Amino acid sequence: MTELLSFIDAVRPGLGAFLLLVGSLLAIIGTVGVLRFPDFYTRLHAASVTDTAAVTLAVIGMGLLAPSWVVMAKLVAIWLFIFLTGPTASHAIANAAHTAGLEPLIGRQGRGEDEGDAS
Amino acid sequence: MGYFVFLLGSLAAIWFGLSGMTKPLILAFGAVSVILSAILAYRFDILDRESSPYARLPQLAAYWAWLVVEIFKANWIVIKACLRSNLDINPALVKVKTVCESDLAKTVFANSITLTPGTVSVAVEGDKILVHALYEEEAGPGAFDEMDRRSRLASDGRSKA
Repeated sequence: MTELLSFIDAVRPGLGAFLLLVGSLLAIIGTVGVLRFPDFYTRLHAASVTDTAAVTLAVIGMGLLAPSWVVMAKLVAIWLFIFLTGPTASHAIANAAHTAGLEPLIGRQGRGEDEGDAS
Repeated sequence: MGYFVFLLGSLAAIWFGLSGMTKPLILAFGAVSVILSAILAYRFDILDRESSPYARLPQLAAYWAWLVVEIFKANWIVIKACLRSNLDINPALVKVKTVCESDLAKTVFANSITLTPGTVSVAVEGDKILVHALYEEEAGPGAFDEMDRRSRLASDGRSKA
């Protein structure tokens, strides 16, 4: 049992750092998507990668690196609040755009882009 | 009364989770503030199943666990879409009919749609939700049926009317 505990203690920092790295990578991917996607609504989808998967992995990583259970409790609270408020904010933004009459881009975009005919 | 007790319990848990101190003086301050907040909520007459849905916590937690798995699956699709060298997306605006009746169930369902990458709920009109999706294939007929059923089951406790 003590061996298992010391094994977990030895693995914890490395695993935590790894999860933090993967989370940051996902945040970067989300940003790339925001820059690449063509219109407002599709960019919203790319941003949601950042506030779901990236946040979850980063918070788990920080939890593995946390020095005490109090920090862990705060991380859980942060995670829950992001997951409860994030979609509300996204919905508010999307709803505002829809109410203001912004038309979304519909239909297949950009498959086999021809030179000079990029849509 | 049940709502009051549940609110007290959850406020106490949040307070202790955030402070983590066990000195008698600090604990007394915490107890006073928790009881004061609960009494204020009672006086404002906002103690109902929306502000204190803790009685359904086990069901909501089970739904939450299922939803997190779904979110990660959907994330993968959007990540691939972000990184593909030739942009290849098929955005669409679809109307989804929901079987959820209470406001809480509708909120849970609409927020679940938004939380899942690749779909955003744009507007709620009665029992229909306007959804913008990154791929039309992902939002075809029946794509949200299971989420709909589960969110209704979790927040209302019934799967059929």
